Amino acid sequence: MRAVVTVTGKDKKGIIAKVSSFLAEKGVNIEDISQTVLGEYFAMIMIADMSEAKQELSALAKECAELGKQIGMSIYMQHEDIFNAMHNV
Amino acid sequence: MFSNNDVLETIAMVQEEHLDIRTITMGLSLLGCIRDTAEETARKVYDLVCTKAEKIVKTASDLSGEYGIPIVNKRVSVTPVSLLCAAFPEKAPLIGKALDEAAATLGIDFLGGYSALVHKSTAEYERIFIKTIPEVLATTKRLCSSVNVGSTKSGINMEAVKMLGEVFKEAAFLTKEQDGIGAAKLVAFCNAVEDNPFMAGAFHGVGEADVVVNVGVSGPGVVKHALEQVPNADLTEAAEMIKRTAFKITRAGQLVAKEAAKRLNAQFGIVDLSLAPTPAMGDSVAQILEELGIETVGGHGTTAALAMLNDAVKKGGVMASSRVGGLSGAFIPVSEDIGMIKAAEAGKITLDKLEAMTCVCSVGLDMIAIPGDTPATTIAAMIADEAAIGMINNKTTAVRIIPAPGKKVGDEVSFGGLLGRAPIMPVHNCDSSRLINRGGNIPAPIHSFKN
Repeated sequence: MRAVVTVTGKDKKGIIAKVSSFLAEKGVNIEDISQTVLGEYFAMIMIADMSEAKQELSALAKECAELGKQIGMSIYMQHEDIFNAMHNV
Repeated sequence: MFSNNDVLETIAMVQEEHLDIRTITMGLSLLGCIRDTAEETARKVYDLVCTKAEKIVKTASDLSGEYGIPIVNKRVSVTPVSLLCAAFPEKAPLIGKALDEAAATLGIDFLGGYSALVHKSTAEYERIFIKTIPEVLATTKRLCSSVNVGSTKSGINMEAVKMLGEVFKEAAFLTKEQDGIGAAKLVAFCNAVEDNPFMAGAFHGVGEADVVVNVGVSGPGVVKHALEQVPNADLTEAAEMIKRTAFKITRAGQLVAKEAAKRLNAQFGIVDLSLAPTPAMGDSVAQILEELGIETVGGHGTTAALAMLNDAVKKGGVMASSRVGGLSGAFIPVSEDIGMIKAAEAGKITLDKLEAMTCVCSVGLDMIAIPGDTPATTIAAMIADEAAIGMINNKTTAVRIIPAPGKKVGDEVSFGGLLGRAPIMPVHNCDSSRLINRGGNIPAPIHSFKN
């Protein structure tokens, strides 16, 4: 199963490093990253493989949100199906 | 595959525009719980509800965590209770209390189904059952009640309509310390549906499977935001925009409904496409109508705008779900919609306009507070009017009206939470008692004879 990790907020140093090392610790493998910076606004979207994850998705999503608070960004981790359902016919 | 913009759009819908799954409602058949006595039946009912719905709160919380979409309410609907206690109707309150206790044990918001279906006429056990409703609503917290008083196929049971006028009065009176909240947990229907996931009118029809999951989506804020992106669009384009938005919202509902059904060992029932507002700012159906171009909801043009909105939501939603059902239309409850509350406070929307609006959307005169001294026959006459609209137009209509004890026009009632607050709205003070006291039936319309 794959999850989508979205990180948004004001651009600053070391965001990718912090988020990716957190995910690595949790056994989550990042398959794809794309990022855009619009002015000061930063948005990064990662596709992550959860097959070897050490925790359930809903628990990890909570921890991601928590990490986001610590580094002053918004971080969401969601099952990819929600995007497939809403944006594909 | 989806694009980065799709991802960001979904997140914005949830974070900024109040997209949520309004309710996961588990429908349970209780017919197998009938025993020789009310006491045994009540025990069996409690056990069955607690067992079958044991995981509903946890499942909703898991799904919400995984998909990143809030699931606001967890609910249960059951077989109309009057059918369970036909042999001992005076003891129906025992079943009601058992259901309320089960709801508390499960930690769900509401449980619906303290209901009776009397659309053609009233059997003696149903007459006794209906009289127990006010007391039961006053002594329970989470239990909701509904009575179907008419249908397109059978006409309107005016004896039941008259009774319901009295039941609303008494339900409000017995809960006068809480602004008459008893009446807010009661609905009088015409053409009630058997798979409605929304309260207070949900019950589990006898034509349904043992355990079913029905889901109600929502998202007035998302629709309003979409319309704000095209402020100069003509109404054809605006309808297209609403359709596209409704499609996305409903797809989220369909996904959650199917997954919830799987995890709860239940049949996937339906997705209800209703646009349901909450008292939160930016989660209002009234504000969508205002975005379409009416200065204040209730003004001329409101009915036309609502008709377009209601239809476009259905067209977008129908394609997004494999099974659509329930009420599926825009809700216009006064106390639960900030735009409606403001319009009512300013005297810009009246009961008459609300009645007209119910001709083109679901569901009816909903969450409207009226003076506490309104005669029961006047309330019955309002129910008759709504039932007539439903009967003639082949649609569901309903009345959930609160004759707030001791309050008059200018006062306000406040229930808190999703039920919200509402100013007392004026009603016509002419006497309708002669019509109501005639009794009998309003015969089914000619177009009901389709066989």
